[in-house]
Amino acid sequence: MIPYLSLSIWVPILAGLAVLVLHRESDAPRARWVALAGAVAGFLVTLPLFVHFDTGTSALQFVERGEWIPRFDVWYFLGVDGISVLFVILNSLMTLLVVWAGWEVIQSRVAQYMAAFLIMSGLINGAFAAMDGVLFYVFFEAMLIPMYLIIGVWGGPRRVYAAIKFFLYTLLGSLLMLVALVYLYNVTESFALHDWYRAPLSLPVQIALFVAFFLAFSVKVPMWPVHTWLPDAHVEAPTGGSVILAAITLKIGAYGFIRFILPILPDASRYLSGFVITLSLIAVIYIGFVALVQADMKKLIAYSSISHMGFVTLGFFLFSPLAVEGALAQMISHGFVSAAMFLCVGVLYDRMHSRQIADYGGVVNTMPKFAAFAVLFAMANAGLPGTSGFVGEFLVILAAVKANPWLGFAAAVTLILGAAYTLWMVKRVIFGAVAGAGVAALADLNRREFWLLATLAAAVLAMGIWPKPLVDVMHVSVVDLLALVAKSKL
Amino acid sequence: MDIKTLALVVALAPLVASVVVGLWGPRLGRAASHWLCILGVAVSFLASIVAWRDVQAGNVFNGDVYTWLASGDLSFSIGFLIDPLTVTMMLVVSFVSLMVHVYTIGYMADDPGYTRFFSYISLFTFSMLMLVMSNNFLQLFFGWEAVGLVSYLLIGFWYERPTANYASLKAFLANRVGDFGFVLGIGLVLAYAGSLDYATVFAKAPQLAGTTIAIWGDAAWSLMTVTCICLFVGAMGKSAQVPLHVWLPDSMEGPTPISALIHAATMVTAGIFMVARMSPLFELSQTALSVVTVIGATTALSMAFLGIVQNDIKRVVAYSTLSQLGYMTVALGVSAYSAAIFHLMTHAFFKALLFLAAGSVIIAMHHEQDLRRMGGLRRFMPVTWATAVVGSLALAGIPPFAGFFSKDAIIEAVHLSTVPGHGYAYVAVMAGVFITAFYSFRMLFLAFHGKPRWAEPAHDGDGHGHDDTHHGVDADHPPKESPWVVTVPLVLLAIPSVYAGWAYIEPMLFGGHFGASIVVLPQHDVLAALGREWHGVTDFLLHGVTSAPFWLALAGIAAAWYCYLANPALPERLRKLAGPVYTLLDNKYYADRFNDWFFAGGSRLVGRILSDTGDRDVIDGFFVNGTAKVVGLASALVRHLQSGYVYHYAFTMIVGVFALLTWWVGY
Repeated sequence: MIPYLSLSIWVPILAGLAVLVLHRESDAPRARWVALAGAVAGFLVTLPLFVHFDTGTSALQFVERGEWIPRFDVWYFLGVDGISVLFVILNSLMTLLVVWAGWEVIQSRVAQYMAAFLIMSGLINGAFAAMDGVLFYVFFEAMLIPMYLIIGVWGGPRRVYAAIKFFLYTLLGSLLMLVALVYLYNVTESFALHDWYRAPLSLPVQIALFVAFFLAFSVKVPMWPVHTWLPDAHVEAPTGGSVILAAITLKIGAYGFIRFILPILPDASRYLSGFVITLSLIAVIYIGFVALVQADMKKLIAYSSISHMGFVTLGFFLFSPLAVEGALAQMISHGFVSAAMFLCVGVLYDRMHSRQIADYGGVVNTMPKFAAFAVLFAMANAGLPGTSGFVGEFLVILAAVKANPWLGFAAAVTLILGAAYTLWMVKRVIFGAVAGAGVAALADLNRREFWLLATLAAAVLAMGIWPKPLVDVMHVSVVDLLALVAKSKL
Repeated sequence: MDIKTLALVVALAPLVASVVVGLWGPRLGRAASHWLCILGVAVSFLASIVAWRDVQAGNVFNGDVYTWLASGDLSFSIGFLIDPLTVTMMLVVSFVSLMVHVYTIGYMADDPGYTRFFSYISLFTFSMLMLVMSNNFLQLFFGWEAVGLVSYLLIGFWYERPTANYASLKAFLANRVGDFGFVLGIGLVLAYAGSLDYATVFAKAPQLAGTTIAIWGDAAWSLMTVTCICLFVGAMGKSAQVPLHVWLPDSMEGPTPISALIHAATMVTAGIFMVARMSPLFELSQTALSVVTVIGATTALSMAFLGIVQNDIKRVVAYSTLSQLGYMTVALGVSAYSAAIFHLMTHAFFKALLFLAAGSVIIAMHHEQDLRRMGGLRRFMPVTWATAVVGSLALAGIPPFAGFFSKDAIIEAVHLSTVPGHGYAYVAVMAGVFITAFYSFRMLFLAFHGKPRWAEPAHDGDGHGHDDTHHGVDADHPPKESPWVVTVPLVLLAIPSVYAGWAYIEPMLFGGHFGASIVVLPQHDVLAALGREWHGVTDFLLHGVTSAPFWLALAGIAAAWYCYLANPALPERLRKLAGPVYTLLDNKYYADRFNDWFFAGGSRLVGRILSDTGDRDVIDGFFVNGTAKVVGLASALVRHLQSGYVYHYAFTMIVGVFALLTWWVGY
């Protein structure tokens, strides 16, 4: 049997190391091609995961198991279920797009830039596939480093402040998680997640562990009020960094909720669900208002991300298949849509070197192709049916109404706010008369940019028109997860 | 060809045309693009006729095309329900759309966005057809939002105009407020009926009639009332009912063909169609029906008043559309669903006609839309004039034109109704008849009759919508009749505006045309009561000309004639006399200003407070950077301990050792 999961982790990492060899300026063209080859290979090895995936079972698939640190019973233990498999594929696809997106945009330290993304891609796949607590923790923390470098080296003027804020926020958040992992090992004498799922735990212990995990994952998602690192990180990060940050890194936080918190701490999860739901709804509404008044396009999209991720945590803690599947669909869709929107801002930034909404206006006059894509992605961000953005929002709202009509009421506010902040930005940036010499001189998309956005547009539309295949993959695993949540461990 | 394939052809033909023209329009060229789109819509229209014949033969189709998403027992599908209500809508939509497609060739001839426009209106036709042909709430919502999207794109079609961009954003957001309610309604349907399929939900509805839910405190609310009011909020957004009406007048910033197609004949009637489709639910809640009646009546009357004071030819027609949508809503509220759909149909014909006639005038006037600069156009544009007269007579409800039958049926239905609020509604729709006749003939007289005011030297002023290169008409360059692509659709729309009333009233209202697609409880069935007095079209006509609405309409026309032809100085005097009332109407009841101040301004204020105070000052300023400062301070203090001097360390060690020794010895 071919170890596809190991390949999806190590192919990009090795490719990244290979690219690092070509670090001289004169080797930059070669570095790009090697990086692209690595990213393509990294993506191709994840395709069998989808093709050969058995949607009829919630058991782990493509399992690989080898001893790592026998003294502490730590295993190199990989496997995916219907939830994590989708994110491995999404991540590998996004890495490919990011390498392609940075093609001629990045001119300084090309090899290091490409290598950082490739290595991060492997580490992220590792975090999604790890079924051992220590292995997960190593991948989870290690992927901070490339992201820290990407923001700190290729970022904007306040990159150091943003990078340190990002690093400290997420590192501090995850320290308590390490304590929780060690505690669970002491209780079960195992680091295997499935052993933890079975371990009985009293409610006070569950709540203490809940707090520890919750800090780690809520910072990553990010949930209100630990979200303020994200807008700064996005604003300063280069386009590629923003794409991966929004499309993938945030998803790991949300993934932690369903891989650790819900199944290991079911009683605490049910006990504290009101608390998480409240925070999620604050994220949806409060952050929606904040997004409305942003003057910086990237900041606006960053806030929009937080608001959209509020739907994910809301969906998880409604504990119904429809809600959890909606939340997962929202995660995947947000991967496409936020990536596309950050790429769109990147396209403009590369030409005008400004992210300020006020500097633009009437872009459609000079960049009609770009405008068509931008409007499509804006509509997806506003959750228009027929785009991927609709699927998750709709399912979560339906499930929320069923749980309690007022929850649905609060969640549905996003229909208005999401449309307001997104389309108001579109109105000011895309439409109107040409705003100045800068906009008048804009050149429309080049071929690379066109196909990049077209790929994401195809994904956004395909998922919006026919989301069934995706939901079919996750359904059995979600049902199984909810069975774990429903079973008391007291 | 089976009916499912047929339905697919109806829906997909315009979509294919739209996608091809949208992607490759500039390469295909103008002629190929418009013929392709016209072909797509024509195929839809012809296939709709075939479907109609099939339904007439008694076949009702209800089936899924594909499963959109499935989660355990829940399954959401894309599928079609082809029943009498659906085919009626399919015919109206595809016919008006076809007329508008042809008309566009003439109207948009000089526009650089020509192929883009065709792609949009074909996309609209597809979306609207999907909406009406749906067999479930999900696809209904798909179509609902898709027509909203195309409306947004088309209102903002001339994207260089700030007013157009403002109007398109406003339209989308006002509709989103409606969708907010609509989604909650759909959520309640799914939560309690366990499905989004019409058939399943409607079959289950009677069992849920007695279900109550706790919405606020201990008060038990009827589930049906809450659900139907939520759904109706959606209809209020789409069909522009007070107070969500504000977007429709501004939507006139879009090109005239779409004002006719989207903002008069089809999309804005989606809310009416939806409520009629949901009749099995609405029938179960007297309260919801009452709300519908009162909102509709308020819209019908208050918007008619605004039609009087408008000077922009398109805005007169727009306010008239709002008012007529109010009539349809009132009909829904009094359970006369068939009458609402009947008025929807006749209105689609004569209102599309009036808009397209207005467009023809606008072309002839070189994009001048101010009625005060028109006048006397009858001699120069005989076809446009004649068709506009037909449209105005139909709108005013003069027999035997189509509007007379549908409007009279609504008024009679309101008269017979017992739903709470019907008394108010009756007064409103009766008063509305006079005002409708007045403003429609005011427009007709100002545009086509009297002195040609465009021949006078232009006085600079407050006119709307003239483009940058103002090359208006004058005495040396009189307006010309529009080309055939414009006048032929006018004539083709004038024909049903004349005959659709007497030809269809009997089957649609009293002949059971809608069959099982509309459900009315016996105690609400005002149309059945009306049907018992039905003795044929002639009798209805004779009864009509002897009853109040007809004389009110005639009075309205006479008043318009007196004010605008016989005594043109009078309106100015009346305006001064009515000072504050005129100001109120001229400011459209201050609804726009209130929304700008309260909702738009308020949201931005809240956003700024949360962003500056909440995020920047409290979370970042106090907690995040505060923590960093505390850590910084603490480490500054602790740093003193690591001085690097051996004697400091030695001293500390000695102190420590003494302390430990004391502790051991002492205890």
